[in-house]
Amino acid sequence: MPLDPAFTGRSYPPSQPYDVSREKIREFADAIGATSPAYRDAEAAKALGHRDVIAPPTFAIVVSMKTNETVMFDPELELDYSRVVHGDQSFTHHRPITAGDRLVCVAHIDAITSRMGNDMVTVRTEIGTVDGEPVTTAKSMLVVRGQDA
Amino acid sequence: MTVEVGTELPALSVRLRRDDLVRYAGASLDFNPIHWNEKTAKDVGLPDVIAHGMLTMAVASRIVAEWIGDPGAIVEYGCRFGRPVVVPNDDEGALVEVTAKVTKDLGDGTVKVNINAAFDGKSVLTGAFARVRVG
Repeated sequence: MPLDPAFTGRSYPPSQPYDVSREKIREFADAIGATSPAYRDAEAAKALGHRDVIAPPTFAIVVSMKTNETVMFDPELELDYSRVVHGDQSFTHHRPITAGDRLVCVAHIDAITSRMGNDMVTVRTEIGTVDGEPVTTAKSMLVVRGQDA
Repeated sequence: MTVEVGTELPALSVRLRRDDLVRYAGASLDFNPIHWNEKTAKDVGLPDVIAHGMLTMAVASRIVAEWIGDPGAIVEYGCRFGRPVVVPNDDEGALVEVTAKVTKDLGDGTVKVNINAAFDGKSVLTGAFARVRVG
């Protein structure tokens, strides 16, 4: 059954705050083989003008994961998780995610479209500090493969 | 820093093996078994375990971060996931070859960099690009 396009525009309540730590950033940088000192050494990051070590450009996916799951498992949306494929992803950084940040995510369904039996759901997650400073806008397009696809 | 349109970034080759996928699963908290369990991967019709699309995307971002020096200069980064990177259970793993080129001066102190990530001779990320602050 195709997803109901009427869910376009739906917004979800803010997530629990996510505390960004130097250790988690280092662990993520190690996992992607990234060597930049700005991910590991607070002094090197400060020399580049940052408050503390910064996170790699795709680290926001870790911060927003719980929020994206809230959308994927939204019972009203009736999205078949076993048929979901990650179609595309983008991040716009208003500033880099930085160790010491307390971040809150708010997810919005920007679009639901259908093409050739597949549903496409675009989820926009606005990531900002608990004080309301915008940090990153993450957009994920999820493809829900149709039964015949 | 003055950056000419047409500048090619130093190429990057990254080998992804099964242990890299397990490490990324742990770091990213994405424990979908298609990224570490051969049986699950084959049950859903994949040839073998595949890398997380987000791992390929993260690895490809390194070409820009290593070139520009300050990864905080990457103000935008996006791609579509075109093809999976299949990672066999051997010492070779999968070789991902990343190239990138400055394609446009956006006129606001940022440039557009187009990124290509290839595996097995085919592009795995489609339309991958970064907007990078150079001014």
